[in-house]
Amino acid sequence: MSDVALGSRRQPFALRFPSVMVFLAILALFTLGVTILSEGFGIGVISTSFVKTLGKTLCLCLVALAMDLVWGYCGILSLGHMAFFGLGGYAIGMWLMYARTEIIVLESLAAAPLPPTPQEVSDGIASQIFGVVGASEFPPIWVFAHSLPLQLAAVVIVPGLLALVFGWLAFRSRVTGVYLSILTQAMTLALSLHLFQNDSGLRGNNGLSGLQNLPGLSDVPQSIVSMWFFWASALALGLGYLLCAWVVSGKFGSVIRAIRDDEARVRFLGYPVEAFKLVIFTLTAVIAGIAGALYYPQAGIINPAEIAPIASIYLAVWVAIGGRGRLYGAVIGAAFVSLVSTWFTGGQAPDINLGFYTISWVDWWTVLLGLSFVCVTLYAPKGIGGLVDLIVDRRSPNRHGADLGPDQGALREQEAEK
Amino acid sequence: MSTLLEVSGVSVSFDGFKAINNLSFQIADAELRAVIGPNGAGKTTFMDIITGKTKPDEGRVVYGDRGDSLLKMSESKIAQAGIGRKFQRPTVFEDQSVFDNLMMALRKTRGPLAVLFFKPTPEDEDKVAQLASEIGLSAALHRKSGELSHGQKQWLEIGMLLAQDPRLLLVDEPAAGMTPAEREHTTDILREAAKTRAVVVVEHDMEFVRRLNCKVTVLHEGSVLAEGSLDHVTKNEQVIEVYLGR
Amino acid sequence: MLRFVASLFVCLTLALPAFAQQADAPIQQLLQSQSDLILESSRRTIAPAIDALANSGLPEAQVVMDKWQAREMWVNEETGLFVYAEEVDRDTLRIFDFADGSEIGTVPDDGFDQLKPNSGIRGMIGTALVQFQLSDPNRATRQRALDAIERGAEESHLAALRASIPTEEDATILARKQRLERLLTIAYGETDAERIAAIESFAGDLSVDVRAALNPLVATRVEAAETLPDADDIGRVLKPGSEALTRDDAYALLVRADLAKPRISREDQRNALIANIDNGSVAGIQVATLDSQAARDMAYAALADQGTVSAVATEAEVDDRLANHVFYERYIGAPPEVVAAAQLALRAIENKVALNQAFDLGLDALSLASIYFLAAIGLAITFGVMGVINMAHGEFIMMGAYTGYVVQLFIPDYTLSILVAIPLAFAVTFGAGVAMERLVIRWLYHRPLETLLATFGISIALQQIAKNIFGTQARPLTAPGWLDGSLVINDIVSISFIRIAIFVLALLFLALFLFVMNRTRLGLEVRAVTQNPRMAASMGINPDKINMLTFGFGSGIAGIAGVAIGLYAKVTSEMGSDYIVQSFMTVVVGGVGNIWGTLLGATMVGSLQKGIEFLNPSNTLAAQTYMILFIILFIQFRPKGIIALKGRAAEA
Repeated sequence: MSDVALGSRRQPFALRFPSVMVFLAILALFTLGVTILSEGFGIGVISTSFVKTLGKTLCLCLVALAMDLVWGYCGILSLGHMAFFGLGGYAIGMWLMYARTEIIVLESLAAAPLPPTPQEVSDGIASQIFGVVGASEFPPIWVFAHSLPLQLAAVVIVPGLLALVFGWLAFRSRVTGVYLSILTQAMTLALSLHLFQNDSGLRGNNGLSGLQNLPGLSDVPQSIVSMWFFWASALALGLGYLLCAWVVSGKFGSVIRAIRDDEARVRFLGYPVEAFKLVIFTLTAVIAGIAGALYYPQAGIINPAEIAPIASIYLAVWVAIGGRGRLYGAVIGAAFVSLVSTWFTGGQAPDINLGFYTISWVDWWTVLLGLSFVCVTLYAPKGIGGLVDLIVDRRSPNRHGADLGPDQGALREQEAEK
Repeated sequence: MSTLLEVSGVSVSFDGFKAINNLSFQIADAELRAVIGPNGAGKTTFMDIITGKTKPDEGRVVYGDRGDSLLKMSESKIAQAGIGRKFQRPTVFEDQSVFDNLMMALRKTRGPLAVLFFKPTPEDEDKVAQLASEIGLSAALHRKSGELSHGQKQWLEIGMLLAQDPRLLLVDEPAAGMTPAEREHTTDILREAAKTRAVVVVEHDMEFVRRLNCKVTVLHEGSVLAEGSLDHVTKNEQVIEVYLGR
Repeated sequence: MLRFVASLFVCLTLALPAFAQQADAPIQQLLQSQSDLILESSRRTIAPAIDALANSGLPEAQVVMDKWQAREMWVNEETGLFVYAEEVDRDTLRIFDFADGSEIGTVPDDGFDQLKPNSGIRGMIGTALVQFQLSDPNRATRQRALDAIERGAEESHLAALRASIPTEEDATILARKQRLERLLTIAYGETDAERIAAIESFAGDLSVDVRAALNPLVATRVEAAETLPDADDIGRVLKPGSEALTRDDAYALLVRADLAKPRISREDQRNALIANIDNGSVAGIQVATLDSQAARDMAYAALADQGTVSAVATEAEVDDRLANHVFYERYIGAPPEVVAAAQLALRAIENKVALNQAFDLGLDALSLASIYFLAAIGLAITFGVMGVINMAHGEFIMMGAYTGYVVQLFIPDYTLSILVAIPLAFAVTFGAGVAMERLVIRWLYHRPLETLLATFGISIALQQIAKNIFGTQARPLTAPGWLDGSLVINDIVSISFIRIAIFVLALLFLALFLFVMNRTRLGLEVRAVTQNPRMAASMGINPDKINMLTFGFGSGIAGIAGVAIGLYAKVTSEMGSDYIVQSFMTVVVGGVGNIWGTLLGATMVGSLQKGIEFLNPSNTLAAQTYMILFIILFIQFRPKGIIALKGRAAEA
């Protein structure tokens, strides 16, 4: 962000960061446009399911922002942020599932000759929810599931706490670079394997389902509910973008970018590098948790496969394709790849008939994605965001093959901005 | 003059190779000291030990008025305690402007939350501008430091050191790759700095050391070979043998 | 019509000799005396008939039981005499006399009923037959008889077995008989001393059958009394609410023994209350207020007071009853002295079993460690030596396995196909590795994070391509026949040959690696390039070529590992990702850049996983979870792995 240094510091935030304002304006226009075209509030050009897809995409953009902050700015290639995303989804999913089942159970018990005891209600809910895994009692982790405020707090606290503990352990023993990536991947794998078990208390591989139905609002059609979530996602993305832009704009941003490029040097300046990393890691985990809590009610179902390490690697792929180290790059990457991916895997892309073999995109899209990712890494490290540089005429300087710093997370020569 | 830093009986070995062998060293407040020695004498490892990058196998490193041991402190704590270090190769944050580099180095609270909510005051900006003029980079204040010339990067790094306002400055080969005029300027800055703080300069270049005109410590094979004025040490038989060969 | 008459006539004449049967032979008389039971042919009532036959001492009894069991015994409808017969055709029988085995004649089957014992009865006959077979001259028959006793021993077998021992000539069978005799003595011996002696003779025997013989002796029944009876067949005292005896079970025991009032389940209580709703209230209590358990208890108690329902124990009464009784185990399997001897013997066996299980676990861990080592050794080269992180390493393993599968499609001989597959897999993955190094990795040296992501892209592409070509279902990679089966050391310790082969292969790879790195020019150059590429280049080594070869070598080894892993597990497009995280863990835990570290890492990861699986056998997912958590913690304390490089080399 070269505009950081060029503007005087006494100017208002908005003027110093025109890209933030441009982004927020585009987001607002997009939200307005979708609202007008939606079935719920507008002329009905966009189907409810597509509104959900767009809403989910906004959430993915938000988690990509978090990933960009932790990787693109701080140089920590975390392969665990989709796990935090999933944890946020599980936290809100527990309340959604509990509250909706409670309504159903109360209705069915209301018809009984005797008024139900609290125990009967609880047993009824538990056997409804846990019948699929052969249990009929609430596991201890469901103790707060009845309370929306507590589960909302869990959306933030659970990923945050996990990130805090894990980060504290990892950073204090100076695990960096690929080692840290592998370690975060191991954490993600351990978490998803844990959730795959039936006795994890979260319904094993069945996951939580029926999340698209808001308890007590069963009369409201999905076309309306989907718009609520779309707005909430857009608002969260806007606020998240502002927060991230604020974090990276000042001296804190300077320090974390310095950590990315040359961690040892920052230490000799007297900055407690581990504490900074921990703050960024935890903050982004919380953002990821919030994004997940907004995503899964739109998806309707969450299961442990969503948490598997590969999801987190895809997240890194989005950010890299969009262009790391610039916030709008992360958003562009997540939106572009996930929407294109939906288009290809949804069977809408026309198959290519080669005469001897028909390329069906449902099968070959992953191959294309994998290879295009290799190409982006090799030939276009600035990603799609690099196209913006063509417009605003920023070129990478000739650094004679030197990267920005000695550390593994440092930006490459081609990514440096003049 | 009170002793600012005392290194005594320090040894460290890597895979059996003794890089530092029972080294002892003292420096007082407001003293300028040059450390010379041939390649592999342990000059860089010596600095690594003081700044906490390398933990010695044995020995004591005591610093400051209260006599705190540096061995138990992390690199960042040591830096916060007032020990600044300039590396052999200029290491500035090339992705960021000269202004940002200096602002980052400015002596302020270093905790993450304090940094997050930090807003530079006009005084801070004036301080940065003043430092920039001292190191001759006023015109380049808002340029990316990666675009600076090699010499300018060296200046910037010295400027960052001064911005930290350390009590003890460790400078590793400051004159490497500089033009004679730049060298002269560097000497002036170091001698100016040494009026208010301790400065240790590691240097190969005898001419540069002579111009510093200070006490010299000669390192060889990880321990102190000789100490005294440059003329004194250059007369030392052992030093001659080590430096000039038999 | 005429033909029919003629055939009837023939039948009649043919039937005539039936009457020549020896109706007064002792075996026939015995059969006649049991005729009702035999003809009823019911499993519940047949036992006396079989016993009578078996204990008759008549030599013909064995023939009778053989034929009966084989459904070849028939009964003459008219005379009630038993014969055995062969079916000549659908309607004709050739019948024989039990008394001397002589043929009586060929008759139509109209006058005879076939006895069709069901499988239960046939089993009982078989058991009874055993005593005859034990002394059968045919060795195989005797073996079969012993097999039958081992499957289902009976008290009567003991005497028969003992009787057959003195005449046994075959040493192997004799040993088996003697062992079996002791086993049977444990269960059916007449005197306690005899049984105890038999028990003690088995001290430390690991066989499952010994434990099966001993366990019934120490069987217990839980009983309750107000005070603990002073008898010597009392075992443990149980506390209600403990794991061995839940409160509900303990109370149910008291209720069964008429020592306490029954309790009522919540469901039954609810139904009783519902049944007694009268005009919106139950026993005068408003229905609407019955929304807590306490209120319902009260309402039920009120009903009980009215006499509408029978009184049940309240929670306080339950507590009181439970507190006032002791619960204990009573030995019901054997007299106390025998129990004591059996417990002693079982304890000794259990100790030995535990020891052997630990050994078996060690073998399991070793074989898992070999698999991890195989999966990780290629990585130890590319990641450990070159510092290149290759996320597609798992897919190279997969490529090797699929190569093996394709080879087997063309070469049906499994031994030959494996011999062809191993070098071919090396060649294929070596080529793939070199191609990847040339096209992708060499542009990204010193950018490990980007390498990670680029190779990940290759990984998902390769995985999907394999899925598109071979489909999603698992493909078999069949091991040669001589690798089937396992090396059985005793009933507890055994290890399959394929695991031994994988272990040997792992050792071979270790030797190969050490040889290549320490004894060849390539190894020297590789070490030179990894330590100081510029210096190496200036000494005439081409780092590009060395990097390419090293990477190819590491990938090729992954391919061979793929063949080995494919033999042990199924070949799927996702098999690589099953191993990739563990492989990296192995390398990281062991210490990067050191093959011995990788070996130690594999051993640690393997034994850890087996150890956790042993503690929690039902759940391999949990074992993996805990193992990964442990590794994360381990890396906290040894961030550089078990064998860490020190000094400047580590910082480079």
